Amino acid sequence: MSKHHHNAPLPDTVLRVKALESLLIEKGLVDPEALDELIDTYETKVGPRNGAAVVARAWCDDNYKQRLLTDASAAIGELGFSGRQGEDMVVLENTPDVHNMVVCTLCSCYPWPVLGLPPVWYKSAPYRARAVIEPRAVLAEFGVTLDDDVEIRVWDSTAEIRYLVLPMRPTGSDDLDEHALSGLVTRDSMIGVGLPQAPVQQNR
Amino acid sequence: MNGAHDLGGMHGFGPIDNEGDEPIFHADWERRAFAITLAMGAYGAWNLDQSRFARECSDPAHYLSGSYYEHWLDGLERLLIESGLLSEQEIAERVADLATPAA
Repeated sequence: MSKHHHNAPLPDTVLRVKALESLLIEKGLVDPEALDELIDTYETKVGPRNGAAVVARAWCDDNYKQRLLTDASAAIGELGFSGRQGEDMVVLENTPDVHNMVVCTLCSCYPWPVLGLPPVWYKSAPYRARAVIEPRAVLAEFGVTLDDDVEIRVWDSTAEIRYLVLPMRPTGSDDLDEHALSGLVTRDSMIGVGLPQAPVQQNR
Repeated sequence: MNGAHDLGGMHGFGPIDNEGDEPIFHADWERRAFAITLAMGAYGAWNLDQSRFARECSDPAHYLSGSYYEHWLDGLERLLIESGLLSEQEIAERVADLATPAA
């Protein structure tokens, strides 16, 4: 298997996509403008910055955080994020003792409204196979090393339930406002294979 | 059903290929495959579970070697044919037409 085989489909694949799209449009089963809008939405409007806003709000507002941990879909909806593949959300809080990490062993289930579409590695066989059997080794590949006494909980997503990790607020970020905090929240930290960025020390 | 898609705990896949700052889509055909699959999902002739099952029905060797949106395309084509919205023959004919450069 070549390293980036997804970049080079068989010409046959390109033709089959064109064939299906043109037939579906001719039969009136899909609307070409709706197709362009779907692509634009997931390429430019929905992405990890949505999830980062949720995390930053939870870091700043304890009441919000409690709502988020109790009924994640509703609390995420408060910030205006909802829709496909995020109907039933569960938020997993990282603590000094517990680190959460999310996978979909069967497929590619992922919380679209807060993270956008999943990266290729998340959908790949190595991640799906290994996350549940050797999470520490997987985390190490992502550059994350946790103390041995930190429990790692791996959550296997389903078509019904989608998970978002609430990472721990970085130390040294007490002075930052919600907007600045959201800038520290990486996509990978909300999947549980990364940690939020450390705040940059400001020279005054 | 246990199948090639049921990857949890399997050995031997090697390191995770993390591209880093990757694009949302890697080719235009992926955009189109994504959009027609979502649009047809909203059309309502099948549900999400049926979509997944259709993708998992692929030949196991093909499932493991094909790319993600190729699985989507395989599943969509299967569902369109099974539901009678498109026929295998008209898809094959359209592919053949598109493969022939305009004179």
